[in-house]
Amino acid sequence: MADPVLEVSGITAGYGPAEVLFGVDLTLERGAVAALMGRNGAGKSTTLKAIMGLLPVRGGRIRFAGAEIANWAPYRIARAGLGYVPEDRRIFTDLTVAENLEVGRRAARGGRPPWTPERLYEIFPNLAEMRGRSAAAMSGGEQQMLTIARTLMGNPDAVLLDEPSEGLAPVIVELMAEAVLRMKAEGIAVLLSEQSLDFAAAVADRAYVIERGSIRFAGSMEALEADEAIRTTYLTV
Amino acid sequence: MDLGFLLVQSLSGLASASSLFVIASGLTLVFGVTRIVNFAHGSFYMLGAYVAVTLVPWLFEFDRSPLLFFTGVIASALVVGGLGVLMELLLLRRLYKVPELFQLLATFGVVLMVQDAVLWIWGPVEISGPRAPGLRHGVEILGQRFPAYELLLIGVGPAVLGLLWLLMHRTRFGILIRAATRDREMVGALGVNQALLFTGTLFLGAFLAGLGGALQIPRVAVSSQMDLSIITEAFVVTVIGGMGSVPGAFLAAVLIGQLNAFGVLIFPKITLVLVFLLMAAVLVVKPWGLLGRPETAAGRAALPEGILATPRFGAWEKAIAGLAIAAMLAVPVLGDGYAVKVATEILIFALAAFSLNFLVGNGGIVSFGHAAYFGLGAYAAGLLVTKAGLPMEPALLAAPVAGAAFAALFGFFVVRLTGIYLAMLTLAFAQIAYAVCFQWVEVTGGDNGVVGVWPSDWARSRAVFHYLVAACCILGIWALRHVVYAPFGATLRAARDSEARANAIGIDARTHRWLAFTLAGGAAGLAGGLYAFSKGSIDPTLLAIPLSVDFLAMILLGGIQTVMGAVAGAAAFHAIKDFFMPLTDHWRFFLGASIIALVLVFPRGLGGAYGALRGRA
Repeated sequence: MADPVLEVSGITAGYGPAEVLFGVDLTLERGAVAALMGRNGAGKSTTLKAIMGLLPVRGGRIRFAGAEIANWAPYRIARAGLGYVPEDRRIFTDLTVAENLEVGRRAARGGRPPWTPERLYEIFPNLAEMRGRSAAAMSGGEQQMLTIARTLMGNPDAVLLDEPSEGLAPVIVELMAEAVLRMKAEGIAVLLSEQSLDFAAAVADRAYVIERGSIRFAGSMEALEADEAIRTTYLTV
Repeated sequence: MDLGFLLVQSLSGLASASSLFVIASGLTLVFGVTRIVNFAHGSFYMLGAYVAVTLVPWLFEFDRSPLLFFTGVIASALVVGGLGVLMELLLLRRLYKVPELFQLLATFGVVLMVQDAVLWIWGPVEISGPRAPGLRHGVEILGQRFPAYELLLIGVGPAVLGLLWLLMHRTRFGILIRAATRDREMVGALGVNQALLFTGTLFLGAFLAGLGGALQIPRVAVSSQMDLSIITEAFVVTVIGGMGSVPGAFLAAVLIGQLNAFGVLIFPKITLVLVFLLMAAVLVVKPWGLLGRPETAAGRAALPEGILATPRFGAWEKAIAGLAIAAMLAVPVLGDGYAVKVATEILIFALAAFSLNFLVGNGGIVSFGHAAYFGLGAYAAGLLVTKAGLPMEPALLAAPVAGAAFAALFGFFVVRLTGIYLAMLTLAFAQIAYAVCFQWVEVTGGDNGVVGVWPSDWARSRAVFHYLVAACCILGIWALRHVVYAPFGATLRAARDSEARANAIGIDARTHRWLAFTLAGGAAGLAGGLYAFSKGSIDPTLLAIPLSVDFLAMILLGGIQTVMGAVAGAAAFHAIKDFFMPLTDHWRFFLGASIIALVLVFPRGLGGAYGALRGRA
């Protein structure tokens, strides 16, 4: 637990009168990959949205890169170096691929070499072929690549990745896993929400299991894989 | 009709289209990014014209050159752009999180304030602007003379379209605007400061409105009525083109320009109606406009804005209702003639406002033209008495029938849409009704209306008529309230909260909404009929936008989340208006400021405040 970039302690949040999160705690180490696991409706996406400022945080604390960011405006959180890749991708379909990347562009924060469209096209060759085309014409997998590339254009220190493998063909899922490992190799910390144990096990160092808005398990990925009881209680559908 | 005449007619249509596009493009840009339907856009247009008729003659003191003319025009537009920034910083920034309806109302508050400010600064007399030097001559086209300035205007529209295209596709600011038009929350999550983007968009929007206004000064005399006439036209253009779409606005402006230019030749009597008929036709076929896209649900309020709980009257509420009714009945005994007149009007407006909240609060049908049914009821009653010689009793029966019949006709189309498009279509139908009453002079008396709409002899005294109104309105409100509590009311709330889910459990949401629209139109018609007899006359202001806005202000003041709030809102609003109007010449300014204060300070209205007090909110 040497150097956490993101520390979430006891956050509560919800939609209108409905409470969804009841005190979520988790920690993301600098340059590490953590997986937030759980079934549909357990509170995975809500946790990521609350961290990103897209949902009011009603209680608890969020510390990112040395600052208390709970209830900051999303743009301030993004500028502080936290990237967000939404579950439903939210590509700007009226824009071309290159323009989508332009929306995400922010100055580098020093240290690592800045992300440029050219570097991203190398990682995602499909995007290079479509750079001048409308994003509306892309397949689901291509949109998923674009939404990750768009977030990387902001040169983040950490990325919240919501359900990266959901609804994608196996070959694309593999590409996503490669992309996560590439981010890790570049020194970017990743917190991903995931239902698939296989995907999480392939990329994550640390695992959290969430159920009904609270963390039920926190430990290494290996520990989760070894813990049959936790898996059948909280993950098996 | 020879070819030259047709060509010139078409060219003058293009010149109007060009001006209209410049204004509407600003409106559609602002809507696309901020999702605010900015009524004050018409005020920016008017301010552009007023600033230009002040600035350009001053510049002509130095040199009467085309260069200085256009410098003056651009400078005026820049000044107005600055005012747009001011409005964003002081008002809109506080409004982004409040429901659409409140935003509309707040921008209408700005319209009222600007109207009075303009009268105060420039006076009530129309001002004719200077002609553009070098462009005062006519150009010979196929034997017809066509003004050179109009030819220039024809070029301005495409030029603005081209420049906007470059801005939107070649600059980061433009790319961000286009992205935010699709999904502004995601743009924020990518690190873009929306506040700056919104301020920039408001500058651009107001600049375009100001430019449109400043370019008009050689063509039309500048007056303080320019704002509302242009804003309805600009609304129509943006709605037909698809809200948020600049090319759509251009297409729609050209269509409307040609329709007006040739419509006036073929149907000179119903020019005003034609445009709104086109809009209604387009929306029925393409509910999101020609080049628009369906609204994305992203970033919208998760909770429905409207009545959530329907508590029964407890002891307190029964006591308050009893006291209110007793007070209304006691007015003719205790008060003077003026008090009786005010009390009668309050009762009438209470019924009209209650019927509107039946649609808005209970049904989620945000009607922006509810005055249409009020006014049509008034016209039906008034015309039957004055033209057909019928007595009051059958005329009063005809008023709700007329209101309901037109609500059924218009509502058939209206309930097919939702949200802001629905609101705009109700506005369009209201404007059609207004235009017919305004232009069909032989029957309706046009602008002057018809006088001599008096009650029967037995109800001629103010007191007796007051009791008649009280009986009709209290019974009407009681009956409508009953419907809110009945299964039909609950079904409407279900259709409001999720049309898809309501349909999935076997509710024909559209038919229920249509019936509700018809019922509310009938109640408004009854209120209108009573109003005609209380005034003794009818005129087109009874169906005009300001009255529709008054009704909306009433229900918002009362609180759209509560069942009975509309009644309290009608009483409070009418009392406030009655108090301010005789007190000052600048009542519009104070009314506008009050509306804005209401939206900012009191977003849940009197009813919401009462509910909080009673611990029921």
